[in-house]
Amino acid sequence: MNWMAWTVPTASFFTTIVLILIAMTVWELKSPSIERRGFLPLLTTRGDRLFIGLLGSAYIHLAFVGFTSMAVWIATIISLLWMGIVMRWG
Amino acid sequence: MNKVENNKAWFLVLPVFLIVAFSAIIPLMTVVNYSVQDIFDQNTAYFVGVEWFKQMLNDARLHDALVRQFLFSFAVLLIEIPLGVGVALLMPTKGKAASLSLILIALPLLIPWNVVGTIWQIFGRADIGLFGWGINAMGIDYNYAGDPVDAWLTVLLMDVWHWTPLVALLCYSGLRAIPEVYYQAARIDRASRWAVFRFIQLPKLTNVLIIGVLLRFMDSFMIYTEPFVLTGGGPGNSTTFLSQSLTKMAVGQFDLGPAAAFSLIYFLIILLVCWLFYTTIMHISRDGR
Repeated sequence: MNWMAWTVPTASFFTTIVLILIAMTVWELKSPSIERRGFLPLLTTRGDRLFIGLLGSAYIHLAFVGFTSMAVWIATIISLLWMGIVMRWG
Repeated sequence: MNKVENNKAWFLVLPVFLIVAFSAIIPLMTVVNYSVQDIFDQNTAYFVGVEWFKQMLNDARLHDALVRQFLFSFAVLLIEIPLGVGVALLMPTKGKAASLSLILIALPLLIPWNVVGTIWQIFGRADIGLFGWGINAMGIDYNYAGDPVDAWLTVLLMDVWHWTPLVALLCYSGLRAIPEVYYQAARIDRASRWAVFRFIQLPKLTNVLIIGVLLRFMDSFMIYTEPFVLTGGGPGNSTTFLSQSLTKMAVGQFDLGPAAAFSLIYFLIILLVCWLFYTTIMHISRDGR
């Protein structure tokens, strides 16, 4: 695994992603998702909202890193809030 | 009736999953790992956090390349999609003429990218190239190696020549799939040629156009070989697009960390634009039904 140059932060990042995917699969098997419309201007399933949340989080982090000098963990907290809002009311 | 549930067929997808893992997922993970480290050699790497992302997001050269890239991709879509639909509508539908036109139209698609670049590099030259010489003979000053506007026009023209056939072939197949009864109904209603196009052909083409727009956007957004061979990114930096900046950084200077950070930003842009395109178009076609 040396060639992949793992670090603790990236390893925990990917572990989280994999855990989220497993959790979403289990959740989908237990109770299949139905398309609905929240505050986002389109019909979304649970997976769609996860994708929108993750993509949004990536851009929130990029914006924080690129255009402000604030610490990254502030972006992470805002992203978590954003994920929660999109998953619940999106 | 008792429906038998058997999901064993999913195991047949396993080889594809493995191939995708090795060709896409693992390399992407490696890129993420590289993007947070300063790598000197195989055994010496320092964790630098988001330093490379900060540097890349504030790099003026990359901003310019990004603007150029968007301009280029939108110009490509604006020209190639309508032109491709137009060509497909004009193509003969029956007999030898149909086969012949299909072969002729498909020819540019069979030529390797670097050869396309070389063809246009020679074709556009003012001294020995037919195109360049012809334009100059008409009294228009044209030199793609020295003038940024000429370089842009040549790169665009080359891409239109190379890839409009793809859009045309996609639309041609879409048009052939429309049942004759639609046209009969239109004739009974005495629909005009425009009405037939607007209310029968265009709605039926939506799905192939989605694929056409996505393919052309992604390909033009990642364009590398053709401008590299034709202009080498010049004159100056006027035709240096994103992938060329990236290659310069990763292969030329061996700056793996910044290059990895940059490719992730590049990837996120492509992901966002494709998702927006896809969702909007699917939305329109669903509301239309």
